[in-house]
Amino acid sequence: MTLDLVIFLISSVVAVFGATMMITQRNPIASVLFMILSLLAQAVLYIQLGALFMGAVLVIVYAGAILVLFLFVIMLLNLRGRESLGQPSPPISLTVKYALAVLFVLELIMVVKSSFSSDVFADAGNPGVMVMQTDNFGAVNDVAVLLFQRYLYPFELTSILLLVAIVGAVILAQRSRDDDGPVDAASSGESEGKAAE
Amino acid sequence: MIPISAYLVVAAVLFGIGTVGVLTSRNLIIVFMSVELMLNAGNLVLIAFSRALNVLDGHVFVFLVLTVAAAEAAVGLAMLITLYRNRETVNIDRFDLLKW
Repeated sequence: MTLDLVIFLISSVVAVFGATMMITQRNPIASVLFMILSLLAQAVLYIQLGALFMGAVLVIVYAGAILVLFLFVIMLLNLRGRESLGQPSPPISLTVKYALAVLFVLELIMVVKSSFSSDVFADAGNPGVMVMQTDNFGAVNDVAVLLFQRYLYPFELTSILLLVAIVGAVILAQRSRDDDGPVDAASSGESEGKAAE
Repeated sequence: MIPISAYLVVAAVLFGIGTVGVLTSRNLIIVFMSVELMLNAGNLVLIAFSRALNVLDGHVFVFLVLTVAAAEAAVGLAMLITLYRNRETVNIDRFDLLKW
């Protein structure tokens, strides 16, 4: 049992464990923290596959920014997992949902197995993964050259996407002037605004 | 040497857990995070194939998918705040105006 295999097994088990705990937690804060655990394990898998830069981006941007934004919103709304979530689904509905998901995963695994038993990848050489070769595959300069040459226009288009996201988020989350929201929240917001001025 | 199919199976299991989360959870935030988990499972497949075929294009795709995920999270959380402000709940069964 080589070190690569040990790292792969540990990080994949942690990734699956974190994801499972994420969907079963009642408290959304614990749910976000388990999602971060799962993402860190997935970053280890990325790095094992040679994607050094993407592993770092996954930790910094995804775990560090996006999920912290989730945490921020959960704490802003003061959700503690004690809210009423309505009636639980009937058992027959839950059974059908789990059965569908398990069937879907089994189907995906069967596709993986059948594709690799035939020689779909015969032209592409060895489909096995060489783990952590000594070349700088996936280093930031190679990714950057590809990103700024062949994929320059898609990369520039993402800036428009981000601009749309900024404008959309601001417009969606702003409270309109004649909003009939909770009175105490509106007045406290105004007083905070005056204090800031 | 770990075969690429091992990574693909891990990604399939993560995607399946995300599917279960979307289908069964009644908390809006957990449904949203399950969608993010499914995006990440797709990213793992891209990285694994990028390694197996020895091309870097998959990394660029993952980069763009991460950008889309960030934009989606920003807009989605803004929508979540607006929904919570109007309904005072995160129960996903309460948001059924478009259901008939």
